[in-house]
Amino acid sequence: MTTLTAERRPGGPDDAVAGVVPREVVRPTTVEEVAEVLRAAHGDGLSVVPVGSASKTSWAAAPTSCDLLLDTTGLDRIVEHVAGDLVVIAEAGVRLADLQSSLGEHGQLLGLDPPESGATLGGVVSANASGPRRLAYGTARDLLIGTTVVLADGTVAKAGGKVVKNVAGYDLGKLYTGAHGTLGVVVSTTWRLHPLPPARRVVVVDLSDSAQAGPLAVALNRSTLTPSAVELVGTAGGTGQLVVVFESIAESVAAQADAARELLGGGTTADEVPDGFGARPGGPSDVVLRIAHVPTGLPAALAALPAGARISASAATGVTYAAVPAEQAASALPRLREALGAVDGTAVVLRAPDAVRDALDHWGPVGDALELMRRVKDRFDPERRMSPGRFVGGL
Amino acid sequence: MTAVAEPGTDCPDDTSGGAPRTDRLAEQLKAAVGAERVLTDRAQLRTYECDGLANFRVTPAVVVLAESRQHVVDTVRLCAAAGVPFVARGSGTGLSGGALPSSDGVLLVLSRLRRLDPVDADNARIVVEPGVINLWVTRDATPHGLAYAPDPSSQLVCSIGGNVAENAGGAHCLKYGFTVNHVMGAEVVLPDGDVVHLGGPAPEHPGYDLLGTFIGSEGTLGVATELTLRLIRIPEAVQTMLVGYRSVEDAAATVSAIIAAGIVPAAIEMMDALAIEAAEKAVACGYPAGAVAVLVIELDGPEVEVQAQFAQVEQIATSHSAFETRIAANPAERALMWKGRKSAFAAVGRISPSYFVQDGVIPRTQLPAVLHEMTAMADAVGLRVANVFHAGDGNLHPLVLFDDAVEGQAHDAEELAGSILELCIASGGSITGEHGVGQEKRHKMAKQFTPEDLDTMQLVRCAFDPDGIANPGKVFPTPRLCGERPGPRTGQHEVQAAGLGEVF
Repeated sequence: MTTLTAERRPGGPDDAVAGVVPREVVRPTTVEEVAEVLRAAHGDGLSVVPVGSASKTSWAAAPTSCDLLLDTTGLDRIVEHVAGDLVVIAEAGVRLADLQSSLGEHGQLLGLDPPESGATLGGVVSANASGPRRLAYGTARDLLIGTTVVLADGTVAKAGGKVVKNVAGYDLGKLYTGAHGTLGVVVSTTWRLHPLPPARRVVVVDLSDSAQAGPLAVALNRSTLTPSAVELVGTAGGTGQLVVVFESIAESVAAQADAARELLGGGTTADEVPDGFGARPGGPSDVVLRIAHVPTGLPAALAALPAGARISASAATGVTYAAVPAEQAASALPRLREALGAVDGTAVVLRAPDAVRDALDHWGPVGDALELMRRVKDRFDPERRMSPGRFVGGL
Repeated sequence: MTAVAEPGTDCPDDTSGGAPRTDRLAEQLKAAVGAERVLTDRAQLRTYECDGLANFRVTPAVVVLAESRQHVVDTVRLCAAAGVPFVARGSGTGLSGGALPSSDGVLLVLSRLRRLDPVDADNARIVVEPGVINLWVTRDATPHGLAYAPDPSSQLVCSIGGNVAENAGGAHCLKYGFTVNHVMGAEVVLPDGDVVHLGGPAPEHPGYDLLGTFIGSEGTLGVATELTLRLIRIPEAVQTMLVGYRSVEDAAATVSAIIAAGIVPAAIEMMDALAIEAAEKAVACGYPAGAVAVLVIELDGPEVEVQAQFAQVEQIATSHSAFETRIAANPAERALMWKGRKSAFAAVGRISPSYFVQDGVIPRTQLPAVLHEMTAMADAVGLRVANVFHAGDGNLHPLVLFDDAVEGQAHDAEELAGSILELCIASGGSITGEHGVGQEKRHKMAKQFTPEDLDTMQLVRCAFDPDGIANPGKVFPTPRLCGERPGPRTGQHEVQAAGLGEVF
């Protein structure tokens, strides 16, 4: 009789994923153990939801079923860091913050700064979580150069490699990024790294109207300045604060901060970012939206939000997070989505309180590629057992 | 790398008897897109028998010269209905045989789809058709202070559609990334003729990142008919230096030291003595006399940053025994430094009757060891290898020189080129950094990836192209039948029957 090597226990309320309590929780500590779990789940026809540190389990739509919560935090090894190659291989359960401190000792960083505390690499990839410095480094898809994934039937498959430049085969890391665990369990990740910038200078500009951040961000984009982040914090229809971060060698950040103040018509400078920099807006009772638009679309996005909604926006890249009171969300979303059409905009529910989650259309219109996405899902997970219902189109 | 690929062996559904089937299809195509856009004359077809990798040649059954999205849709739909394979082709400059035609299929030429929309300067976006030449994008963007970052050496002639198919890189991808990092959206005609829109001008479109999956799929997932590109701001300052060394090891050590100093140059390119010799003969680029290796190092960014880091790089080069360092004083001098590098492939024709170009990648830190080993391998079979590479990201372009007139030399050269790729894999690298797998390297895929890895990639192929008619026989070492479209499972699974069902 086969038994599992991995540690198992019954699920409880603290294990809930978007309000759904798993029947059982399993915590494998090796890739082979993950494969063993998934082979067994395949045999039993069980639904499986992978989770890391659970910092984003309130994100996305609720799973339609969760027989088994697959806790990846036991996959916690930094497998290989060759500083001279600016590449690191780390298992999915490694916490991003732990990886950053380890890389920092070598003067390097992984260019991802999502604010969720304790987030693991697997979770960051699967939720495609990003932060302010996406302006400088891109997002997970741009930095992930290799993956190992265990598929729904227990197959272990890698894609990419450990060199940055590599076009051999399909780049499946992109496919898994943001897939919310619906195609398989990401167990190992390989990343392109960057040198840790030695100096920082921050310019802060107070805005009487947060929408002014739109044209200011465009002006920065059109200049030759190279900020690593251009963040707006404020309220829709109210005031705001624009935070422009320069990170490079000391002489460069000093000169750029001066030039930025001139371009922006003033502002104060500091060596550190303000408290709460890059945090998602709102509290546990809010519905938090992620709105994406072309950079010039920021004012339109703000105008389409309920007045007073708290926002935090990566203004130069066109990603705006907004907190809407839970009771307003269901009515605000369709209005917002309609208004965003003009700026190629989309609005998705990033996280929602349990009470209103199921009443919301989390992902909104997906466009004419939805059927193709279904076909991809059907090939990877024909029985629809992997994080079922979490993703677009009920996938 | 035999002279001619076996025609037809990779095409599924090839039992209905070739010529009459494609003759019928040609008539349907003429009715759909206009007879003047459909070539069936053997002499005309021969023009399209190869791409930039001329040692593979297959004459297609039919060529369609598409001039609109509708022509592409009509062609693909008719191919799908007839079960006839199609191969999309842009400028035909690819170096892996990715646009090699199928002998019983349609070659869909996209080079007449050449519209560029006006630049959206505030959002740094431009929408273009796939036949647009890479350099035209930067030409249109420059007046707005913008540029298109991917810059393959063939950028004067290669097309954006081809760049997307191969996920083209270029010298500056060390800092700026590859095509996949600069394409925001694509309109794609799927292999059944349906049109989908992946991504768009804005970031974060909900759903799977099928755009990222499509880019670099070498024409096996569909045909892009429109692309939304992200442009970059032209940097305030650009500085280029050419550095001469008496040993390859010193040049390689300089590269490592620059990276270790926390500097990310826009480009670091390296050429060895043979490549320098060839470039001198071809374009008289005036590289330092007696150099065994040269580096072309370019930094860009804000003026103060470039000035400070450039001085630092110069100092690093000197401390690694550089015997000559030249700094480009103006754009003309910079252009000359790059001319030697960018013309290197063609220039090798000046010193050897024939050559194979490879595109392997190794971890940067393995550079000295791999170059040493490569030289030993070449010496062992009495062949010469010229090396031109993107040293910053470990992307080697060894050029294996040979003479067809010498009995057995082509074979030895092919073997050596293959062994070099295996050396790259063994060093933790890849068989291709930017040229693609195509026809040429598909058999090497099984050395880099396990059957499970390849089967998983094929899941994507089967979702996009269940009948396997889009560029069949490329990328994968063996074709795969996709079977029925999967649906919910019925009945007991074999694993469950075996008793594992009691685990949970």
